[in-house]
Amino acid sequence: MLDYITSYLSSNVTPGQAGNFFWATVYVMVVFGGVSVVVMAMNWLERKALAHFQIRLGPMRVGPHGLLQPIADAIKLATKEDIIPAEADKLVFWVAPLIILCASFTVYIVVPFGPTHAITDLNIGILFMLGVSSLSVLGIVMAGWASNSHYPLMGGLRSSAQMISYEVAMGLAVISAILMTSLNSTGIGTLSMIGIVQAQQQAHVWYAFKFFPLGLIALIIFSIAMVAETNRAPFDLPEAESELTAGFHTEYSGLRWSLFMLGEYAAMGAVSSIAVTLWLGGWLRPFPNWLSGSFFDLVFSLFPAFTFLALAGFCFYGVTRMPKHPYFRLETIGLAGFGAVLGLIGLILLITPVRTRVQDIYWFLAKVAVFLYLYIWYRATFPRYRFDQLMAVGWKVLLPASLVVLMATAIVGVVI
Amino acid sequence: MSEETKSSAPPPGGEPKPPADKPSAGTVQSTPSEKMSPSSEKPAATSSEKPAAAASEKPAAPVEKPPVAAKPAAPATAGAEAKAPASPAAAAKPAAPAKPAGPAPVPWESPLVSRLRTRHGSGVIEASTYLGQNYLVLESSVTLETLQVLHEQEGFDYCVDITAVHYPKREKPFDLVWILYSFAKNDRLRVKTMLADGESFPSSYPIWPTANWLEREVYDMFGIKFDGHPDMKRILLPETWEGHPLRKEYGITQQDSKWVQINLGIESGQ
Amino acid sequence: MTDPTTYISHLELGEPDKTYLDTNELIINMGPQHPATHGVLRVILKLDGEKVLGTECVIGYLHRGVEKIAENRTYAMFNPYVDRMDYVAAVSNGLGYCETVEKLLNVEAPPRARYIRVILTELNRLASHMLWLGTHALDIGAMTPLFYTFRDREEILKIFEKYCGARLTTHAFRIGGLQYETYEGFEKDVKNFLDFVPPKIDEYEELLSTNRIWVERTVGVGKITGANCIALGVTGPVLRASGVKWDIRKAMPYSGYEQFDFDIPTCENGDTFDRYMVRMKEMRQSLRIIRQAVDGIPSGPIMAKVPKVIKPPAGEVYHSIEAPKGELGYFIVSDGSTQPYRVRVRPPSFVNLQALDLMVRGALVADVIAVIGTIDIVLGEVDR
Repeated sequence: MLDYITSYLSSNVTPGQAGNFFWATVYVMVVFGGVSVVVMAMNWLERKALAHFQIRLGPMRVGPHGLLQPIADAIKLATKEDIIPAEADKLVFWVAPLIILCASFTVYIVVPFGPTHAITDLNIGILFMLGVSSLSVLGIVMAGWASNSHYPLMGGLRSSAQMISYEVAMGLAVISAILMTSLNSTGIGTLSMIGIVQAQQQAHVWYAFKFFPLGLIALIIFSIAMVAETNRAPFDLPEAESELTAGFHTEYSGLRWSLFMLGEYAAMGAVSSIAVTLWLGGWLRPFPNWLSGSFFDLVFSLFPAFTFLALAGFCFYGVTRMPKHPYFRLETIGLAGFGAVLGLIGLILLITPVRTRVQDIYWFLAKVAVFLYLYIWYRATFPRYRFDQLMAVGWKVLLPASLVVLMATAIVGVVI
Repeated sequence: MSEETKSSAPPPGGEPKPPADKPSAGTVQSTPSEKMSPSSEKPAATSSEKPAAAASEKPAAPVEKPPVAAKPAAPATAGAEAKAPASPAAAAKPAAPAKPAGPAPVPWESPLVSRLRTRHGSGVIEASTYLGQNYLVLESSVTLETLQVLHEQEGFDYCVDITAVHYPKREKPFDLVWILYSFAKNDRLRVKTMLADGESFPSSYPIWPTANWLEREVYDMFGIKFDGHPDMKRILLPETWEGHPLRKEYGITQQDSKWVQINLGIESGQ
Repeated sequence: MTDPTTYISHLELGEPDKTYLDTNELIINMGPQHPATHGVLRVILKLDGEKVLGTECVIGYLHRGVEKIAENRTYAMFNPYVDRMDYVAAVSNGLGYCETVEKLLNVEAPPRARYIRVILTELNRLASHMLWLGTHALDIGAMTPLFYTFRDREEILKIFEKYCGARLTTHAFRIGGLQYETYEGFEKDVKNFLDFVPPKIDEYEELLSTNRIWVERTVGVGKITGANCIALGVTGPVLRASGVKWDIRKAMPYSGYEQFDFDIPTCENGDTFDRYMVRMKEMRQSLRIIRQAVDGIPSGPIMAKVPKVIKPPAGEVYHSIEAPKGELGYFIVSDGSTQPYRVRVRPPSFVNLQALDLMVRGALVADVIAVIGTIDIVLGEVDR
């Protein structure tokens, strides 16, 4: 048994590929737990960032600078009365949030956080991701229909139309990236997530910059389509607050509603990681060719530690700025404790073996974080599209553009 | 100074024309004299009060006195004053003729009134000016026709308001009031008619679509029905409410307690 | 309970269209509890998919019987009640009422009072337009302008609060003039505000006017022609956005507006974007008026000679002002007693709301929201 556990440690593949059930389970738990934590952090960050965009403070009461707000929210949502409308289709109503949740979490099975840091590596990884993530539309339609109410129904219908139309452009943009993976000596491409990143490594270029500007256009098309795919502003029509009160989840409350939110944020992370994997070199650190050599390797491997230490420093700076009133004593201690934890993590990350193993994950997450921040930024900036305009953008702008990019990529790839 | 002159004398003709309103265009042709007369009177009125107003504003001195001198008692020059409604009122009235005299309605003479009189004879019960505002009191039988004429031939293209007043002691207890405005003439006009309790009145919705809700409100508040209205039902109060609250016999604390009990499930809304 | 279907008399469902597929029309109830109806407005929509085939407004949820109350209060006692109608432009309501009663009494407020009235009323117009802009943008999905406009509206409310102690329902004016002299530093506050606000208005415009999604959402939406506006009695910025250059402040000046130099901004197309532009320009014009007024405030009394007990001679009078939403008129009938015999309020929101049906027919559900926002209704005034 112990051998079974330890044997994996020396292997150089993902637990899924190694067929090691124990480590696969561990990975699954770590990844899913991590995603949940990131969702909570994202929730806090969104509220804070949005607030500062809008000259407000955002959550300030629960914990220092509202750090514990997501936890308070989780407790509130979990203990809230769970209402199922009398006229609703109970089974479908009950299943819908689970489908969304499952769809958006299952995708993480193939997300490559590092060359070996994935739960498994499917040879059709990207196809799996697109396929499973689009299952969530089923949950939305079910939720809209089962509520037996007009607003959710319209939200569900809008969302199905929207997600299906944007998937086309999204898929074509993905194909143009996959085409690039076949530009090697063998001429065989790959659909494996890890394989795609390795192909970029071998090509010495992130696909966003390959055949400039074709790769970049494909990335832009994808990053627009993915916002629509996750029903976020400015494409948040299914839940357009001012029109449909809350869209497909109008009738949901408490825990069930929080599952929708969890699913939505997890899906945001999932599609962002597709973009990062396909175009931004996945776990690869910036400038591996230009700034190469052992010195730069060392510098870049120190980034994760420094990030955490900087955050810790930020916390301690916050501690000094806390009001001295006894009322704030607990918060001050809490903030200092939080800073200490961050600092400790930063120090651990300085240890060489940890450092080298973790930096892949760090770079991957950093790139995903940029996309997640963009989501918040969009939400603060843009009004909402109207339904027909959304369709027009999808079918009349993004689809032709992605087709052109695809063909151009193919032609350029053959010619060169 | 120059801006003052510009802004304070909005000549009726110079007022920007509402686009695409054929009836009023027709009006201009048919009644040139009508159109001219007010504008020829107006500058006289405004110019006479201009220095007074300017003098009163600029040195920031006590203001009560000069206008009195500049503008002899308003009602005296009724004929000339008649067509100058609200616009100069601001400057024309400040000095308020001695209180006890009080303003009184003075007969309103104008081509419009004489045309209406020739058309309807005794149907025009009264045409007066009170505080610079013109109003007509009409026999209810000719009112709708007159409204139509006012809209189509006299250029009153904008129906500001329709309302009613309840005088329970009168034989015909309801005053039905239309407040009309003409963009071309920059002039307001009130048309009143008297109605008996329970009497209905033909809807003016075909003339001014805006009458739709305004008449519904009159029905809601006074119980005056309008024939030919597309959707004659209550508007502010619930559909099944009993009583019409703006009638004088309806008390301030009165309510349809049955409705309240059935629909709100409480003893009283008070 | 009242049968809800009683309200949908002229919105009956048509026969299903069997030409292609069996489709049904849908009647959907928007409000009275809805985030985008600006209060307790209930709109019944008849939809074909997302397309609006017809609407019907059900109003009266906020009906307080203001006109009935007026008949049971003295003239002075009724004054604060008018603030509760259009509560985002309470000062305008007060101005309209006070001026009407003054007209009935045949007195006029002294020039200093009129200047201060103009300053406060125009500040209130700015506040009302700012609130409108924020909520309208929020309806269309742009969250951020709301907070910016509220930040700047706060400065106006601070001036109100310093002047009369109230922020929203100010009861700033009295019949015959003002009760309170301006506080120490009023003019400085107003001037500071005048310097503070223009860059902020630029900021709103920067966020919205050239924002592609905003333009797409508003251009061509909720179109109404000038002729239709007049036929429906629609006034205010909606009328002016349809190309009719009419503003009571110019057409029939009151409260000394003839002394100020300002323009009437108009646009041609009568769509949501034009109404937005008209209001943005109006905000700048208001600033112009305030600047002239605050520079030229005369000294002198602030109250005309009005008897302690207001007892206008019997008679009736209609007087209207240009409120931020349109023509706000008061028709007051006096029987010579201390209480008005009848007060009729001509509410701009109520009349303008009638145009909703015309403006949204054939549009999409999302446009209904945009159009409700762009008419700029306040339900307190619609229902009174």
